Order: sequence, then structure tokens, then C-alpha cells
Amino acid sequence: MFWESVLIALEGLKANKMRAFLTMLGIIIGVGAVIAMVSIGMGVRQKVETSIAGLGSNLIIVMPGATTPSGVRLAAGSSTTLTNGDAQAIGREIAGVSAVAPSVQRSYQLVYGNQNWTTNVLGTTPEYLEVRNFAVAAGTIFSSKDIDTRARVAVIGQTVATNLFGEFSPLGQTIRINKAPFRVIGVLEAKGQSSMGQDQDDTVIVPLTTAQERLLGVTWLQNISVQAESPEVIDKVQEDITTLLRTRHRLAPGVPDNFTVRNLAAVMATAQETTSTITLLLGNIAAISLVVGGIGIMNIMLVSVTERTREIGIRKALGATFNNILLQFLIEAVVIGVTGGLIGIGVGMAGSYAISYFAGWNTVVSPISIIVAFGFSVLIGLFFGLYPARKAALLDPIDALRYE
Amino acid sequence: MTIALRDITKIYQMGDTTVHALAGVSLDVAAGEFTAIMGPSGSGKSTLMNILGCLDRPTGGSYLLDGEEVATLSDDALAVIRNRKIGFVFQSFNLLPRMSALQNVALPMVYAGVDKHARLEKAAWAMGLVGLGDRQHHRPNELSGGQRQRVAIARSLVNDPAIIMADEPTGNLDTKSGNEIMAIFNDLNAQGRTVVLITHEPDIAACAKRVVHVRDGKIIRDERNQEVAPCSGKASSSPSKA
Repeated sequence: MFWESVLIALEGLKANKMRAFLTMLGIIIGVGAVIAMVSIGMGVRQKVETSIAGLGSNLIIVMPGATTPSGVRLAAGSSTTLTNGDAQAIGREIAGVSAVAPSVQRSYQLVYGNQNWTTNVLGTTPEYLEVRNFAVAAGTIFSSKDIDTRARVAVIGQTVATNLFGEFSPLGQTIRINKAPFRVIGVLEAKGQSSMGQDQDDTVIVPLTTAQERLLGVTWLQNISVQAESPEVIDKVQEDITTLLRTRHRLAPGVPDNFTVRNLAAVMATAQETTSTITLLLGNIAAISLVVGGIGIMNIMLVSVTERTREIGIRKALGATFNNILLQFLIEAVVIGVTGGLIGIGVGMAGSYAISYFAGWNTVVSPISIIVAFGFSVLIGLFFGLYPARKAALLDPIDALRYE
Repeated sequence: MTIALRDITKIYQMGDTTVHALAGVSLDVAAGEFTAIMGPSGSGKSTLMNILGCLDRPTGGSYLLDGEEVATLSDDALAVIRNRKIGFVFQSFNLLPRMSALQNVALPMVYAGVDKHARLEKAAWAMGLVGLGDRQHHRPNELSGGQRQRVAIARSLVNDPAIIMADEPTGNLDTKSGNEIMAIFNDLNAQGRTVVLITHEPDIAACAKRVVHVRDGKIIRDERNQEVAPCSGKASSSPSKA
């Protein structure tokens, strides 16, 4: 009986193709708009996430604590408690860590020919590029062998390259850092300003040991950048690092940490909250058009029931029950909803590609928005079809047969 | 006994006035009878037809159809009765315009739950019975009035109802077509089917073996025709049972 009703409903729609299509159009636009709007929202979200990840994805930063000689607390990071051994232990002993980059830095004057430039010189390991999302544009990064040999090699940022070399290629040239000669073996890819307004390209990277022993003359570290394998394990890794370092530093229970461990999860969470709100807002606006489309279905179904009163009377006289008639009209409404929903998915996806192609916006079509929009179009067909279908099924056969 | 009405009343409330459309009607129709119900408009014969056809429920009284009390059934139960026990033939044919003649004839079987193959086979048989075997795939608007009414008669037969109800079946037809339709009813009756015909034309009623006169919601005369009128003569497209 169900399939009979489906067939009867399809016949009914076929008899009025134009009207069925126009009714569907409301659902097509509604579903299409939901998918396209949500894809814009998701695009914004992805862009924000990418730019935060640009700071270093899943980044945890370990810094030495403040020293308290004679009770005077100095600035954070001034303590000398963090060592190369700590960095190696983190990489070796903690699960869920994908890279560790210890570093030291200080500002020095660089000289090349008659040009000079004062900038931040960073001593670190090659993993730093991965952890902080830097890439080499030309040449190479130094190797671990260069670290072992305290080699005088440097990788320079774009700002440094422009200021010292102008149009010339800096590769293979020798610059002087604090009067000591360093060979330039690579140039970093431009990264632009950080979110704090700092020029991330105004830097020089040299091997960690070279910086510690040849430039600064220290054995301790100022900073350890740790990359966790995934966002899920960040909190666990952060906890494990704290435990490990407390053990290594022989801190008795109750003694405060002489180091700090921080991550960027809080920044990420705020950004995600903001973009989720944008997505929700766009989705809601589009959902309104879906509801309007549903009202269109109801309107047309009511007209259709009135128009076919006589048909309903005949069917009832011949033995159609309440459920037979209800099902016939309900299925018509649902078929409009389902067909409109399917076409709307196509339109929405095409629309979001068109937006990203012509307007250059980042759009992401999410499977969830497709499923939700389609599910809603079916539900809307059911919901807005129920009233007209019930009206049809409740018609009195005598009145319906007399209807002209 | 196919039909047994006992003190059937039907009261309508129209604004402040109560209308007694039927004021205590008792009527028995035996299986195999050919009965005409006659009366002027407003006599209550349409109300009587609606109740006989299970399209409406009486206000009071008892109605046994084929041995089953139907006066108090629910809407859906009445729909099932209409589907299985009553075949309708209307004055205005009441065929669905977008379906072929064959699909129209098969329609009552859709609601009886007959599968599609058996349905079309039975519908084709019924169309042959009314002499329209070659018009199965025509739409109603491609058929003449007489042909449309024969499609409607075929439709009334497909669920093998106990009784065929015809409400002014010749009212919209010319005399020749009307006579052909009456001939089919006569043949169906001759094959043992119970036919109840509602009409206001005396010469149509004359075709029936029994004429019940209704006026002001009451049966005023119940007579049997000794000699059935000439319209019982076989039509050219004489139906034959397959």
C-alpha cells in the first residue's frame, strides 16, 4: 500500500510539473543557501585556524623561571635552570612529542660590506623550522653536524637579506655577527608580521652550539619549543613536561616550579568560538529561507487539495481510507522536499565553489552541513505537508463528490 | 437479504431549522433484485442513496448490508464496506481525468490491496464485459458519454460487490446511450447481481422490476412491474461473462 501511495503521489506531481518545480525551488534555494553560507563560515574558520597554526601548530613553550637571588625576583626567563639535557630528555622521554627545538637569542649587529643591520640572532636546532612553521626559500638549513662542530653558518630572514644584500643573492656570502664571520647558507621564506605586530622575517638563525659558545658564552637555554603530535595530547604533554622537569631539577613537593610551560590552545579556542558564531549566524540566515521554502510547499499543497477535492471524493467513494489519502498527499510533499533537497545540495556546492572561484573567499563544504540541510528539507516536507494532507484525508466523501 | 433498512432517519441541522431528510424508512432488497428508487428532487432519495451507499450514516435506525450492521461503523470501516460490497455508478461518471480507462477501472482494487498484475487483468476483463475491450488506454475525455458510463460500470464491478448502486446513471446521456446503459444493468441483473437505481425519470424506472417511490423522506409506494419496459432489449455490444 505504501508503494502504491508513492506511485499515486508521483503521478500527481507529474501532472503538474511546472508547479512542482516552482515549489521545489523554494527548497532548492533554502538548502543551497544553507550549504553555501555554512561553507563560507567554515572557510573563515579554516583560515583563522591555519593562521594560528602558522605560529606553530600544537606548540608548547618551556621557559626558565625567574631567579630569586636574595629574595629579589627578576624577570621571567632570567633563570639559568634550563639546559640542553632538559631539551633532550623531553624529546626522549615524553610520549606525544613530535619535535623539540631548544633556543637562545640575543640582539647583535650584522655587517656585510658597507651595510650594517642590528637584529635578533637565534641559536637553535633544525627542528625549529618545523616547530615554528618556517620554511627555507633558498639554500638549506644547517645540519646536526654543523651543531656538533659549532659551525659558523647562518640562515637569514627576508628583512635581513633585503637590508644587507639588496637585490643580490646572499647565498655563500660571508657576514659578520658581532665581528665573527658567518657564511650565509640559506634564506627563510617570508612570513610577514606576527599577530603581535612583530616582523617575523627580521631574524638570523645559527646553530645552537655556535650561539651558546661562540656568541653568548652560556650553557643554558632561554626557550624550548615543543611540538605535540595532535591537539588532543597537548594538555597531557604539557603536564608530562612539568613532571619531568621537576624531577630533573630535583624540586621537592611544595617548592614552586623554576620554569613555565605554556601553550597556544587558549588562543585557538577563542578563535574557534568566534568563527563558530559566524558560521552559526550565516547558517541561521540561510535556514530562514529553508523555512520560507517549506511554507511554499504548504501553500501549494493546500491549493492542490482544494483543486483535487473531487478526485479525493471519488477515491473515498471507491474505498480509500483516511490513511490512503493522507499518505498520498504527504508523500507528494516529501517528494518535493527530497527532490528539492538533492538539487539544493548540488546548487549549494556549486555556489560555494563559485564563491571561492570568483570572490576569492575560502569556502569549505562540510558533509555535516549537507546532511543537516538535506535532513531538514525532508522534515520540512513532512511538517508542512502534514496539515494539507490531513485536510484532504478528513474531507467528507459526499461534500467532496459534490464539489465543482 | 442484501439490504435491510429499519426505521432509518436522517436529520440535518441547517442553522436554526432541523430538516428531516428521512423520516423512518424501512426497505428490504433481496439478493438479485433490480430496484429503482424514484422521487422528485428534495424527496430524500439522494440522502437515501448516500446511506444505502455507505457514504453517510443515518441519524437513527438499523441498516444491515449483506448481513452486516453498517449504521454505526467508523469512517474507515465504511470506506472498506464501500470498497468491497458496493459498486458505484454516478450521474457524472466521476472518472479520474488523468488516468486511462483501464487504470480507472482498476482503482478500487488499489484500495483493496490487489497486486498490480492481477488488478490490470481483472480490469481488462471488466472492460470486456461492458464492451469496451478496445478502449482500455483511452483517457476519459477521449471517450463518449455512454462509453464513460460503461467504464464507470466496469469500475463498479471489479471488486465483485454484493450490490451495484447507480445514481441517475443515464441523467447525462442521450436516449440511445441511456438505453445501452440500462441494457447493461439489465444483463448484470440477469446474471444475478443486485442493482439499486435512483432516478426521477419514469421510463428509466420502468426498466426495473421493482419501483420504490419516495416523497418527503418516506416511502409512499412500493410496486412491482409485471411487464418490464422494452429497454431490457439487448444492446448491440452485448456483454458476455468471461
